[in-house]
Amino acid sequence: MSDLECVFRTEWGRILSALISALGDFDLAEEALQEAFSSAVIEWAKGAPRNPRAWLYAAAKHKAIDTIRRRASFAEKQSELVVQEESRPNTTTKLEEDSTVPDERLRLIFTCCHPALPAEAQVALTLRTLCGLTTEEIARAFLLPTPTIAQRLVRAKNKIRKAAIPYRVPSAPDVPERLAVVMAVVYLVFNEGYAAALGDALVRHELCAEAIRLTRLLRTLLAVPEPELDALLALMLLHDSRRSARVSPTGELILLSDQDRTHWNQEQIDEGCALVQSIFQTGPIGPYAIEAAIAALHAKATRAEETDWKQICALYGRLFVLHRSPVVALNHAVAKSMAEGPEAALPLVDALESSLGDYHLWHATRADLLRRLGRTAEAIAAYRRALELTHNAVEQRFLNRRLAELANR
Amino acid sequence: MQYLLLIYENEKRFATGYDEGEMKEYMAFGEEYKKAIQGGNALQPTATASTVRVRDGKRLTTDGPFAETKEQLGGYYLVEASNLDDAIEMAGKIPGARFGSIEVRPIMTF
Repeated sequence: MSDLECVFRTEWGRILSALISALGDFDLAEEALQEAFSSAVIEWAKGAPRNPRAWLYAAAKHKAIDTIRRRASFAEKQSELVVQEESRPNTTTKLEEDSTVPDERLRLIFTCCHPALPAEAQVALTLRTLCGLTTEEIARAFLLPTPTIAQRLVRAKNKIRKAAIPYRVPSAPDVPERLAVVMAVVYLVFNEGYAAALGDALVRHELCAEAIRLTRLLRTLLAVPEPELDALLALMLLHDSRRSARVSPTGELILLSDQDRTHWNQEQIDEGCALVQSIFQTGPIGPYAIEAAIAALHAKATRAEETDWKQICALYGRLFVLHRSPVVALNHAVAKSMAEGPEAALPLVDALESSLGDYHLWHATRADLLRRLGRTAEAIAAYRRALELTHNAVEQRFLNRRLAELANR
Repeated sequence: MQYLLLIYENEKRFATGYDEGEMKEYMAFGEEYKKAIQGGNALQPTATASTVRVRDGKRLTTDGPFAETKEQLGGYYLVEASNLDDAIEMAGKIPGARFGSIEVRPIMTF
């Protein structure tokens, strides 16, 4: 990575957050910063400035002011109307003298993750503005056409402007509701990168890294510590620690029980486990904390057989109390099958058919229990149904492998 | 008696702006009934809408104008707020937010 690319990765979100605050306009700020980076390619060839951040911020502000002036004179020529720059800072000198770059990323993240914006727009806007991913990169990461992402971004920015979504950190009573949305967005970004191992693996891994980076950033920006945010960080670190052990060199999905645990990232595991421990000492325990604790129990087992399934099963039970979702119930059943055997879990899984009957993992879980119970014909039927319902190539290969094993019995 | 006259039509018609002839018609209507008209506004398109509900004492804001079909328009407030968050806060304090939903739509300025 060149120096400038490095600066782009680390500084884009921070400088943009300050520009939006100064200019009151997402598009204007983004265009100006893009232009500033373009100029830097030429100007920095002789050597980077001492303070790249301040240089880029100042250059972008100049460009934005030029744009405002150009638009104003264009409008004047178009009609006799007097152009008012109402919400924009009207003294350019003040902007130019100001050499420190304020950090407004907390405002930016709360605005991007405003609950009045649709979830997919929150995600796209966060990745575009805070992480500096291009529209093309976001599209590639989500396996969607670029115009789809471009349209989401345009609509989101329109709504911010037309509905007057404020650029600010919410007031204290609103923080829990708003922070929950921010965390959901971050976790969505992470899962998008983690769940699907297909497609452009590099870009998709970048989503996991961005989600972790955003969470670390949020922790440093928030004035009051938030246990669930710590838990979210722990959860992502623990999942991500298994990244290189999850997929074989030929691109096959490797189940947790079959992974080479020496390939797990011990540094991430240590950090994740330490976070979980401190949350459980101080509380309160939210859903992310429980999920992180489950991930920590997996991470602590040096061999699959040493996994503390009893405790994992109990934690899923506790999670279900906080979050009554059928997917949590399915995970609870899986843990029970490991702690007490497949016969104890099968009725729990069967009871979820009405809500999860179209979910490939419900069929795959059921198939696995039937296989372990020796009910081969039923297991084959369930694996086939799971296969029909998944579009993920890696998962399809895994299910086909299981089917082949059963056929050879 | 007072009546609220609600204008329903396909908003796609206004995606590229208002027809000038039609605007004149609206002005003429306004002139003709200026004694009767107590107020009125054009609304920003539904893409700018948000919906506020309060359940179990918790406020939930979502994007879009998704009132359930079993809910019918029962009243309205036209309020001055400095931004969407302030409007959402007011919306959450309307008693009806606990039972139905409050749609928050910005007013169009011409």
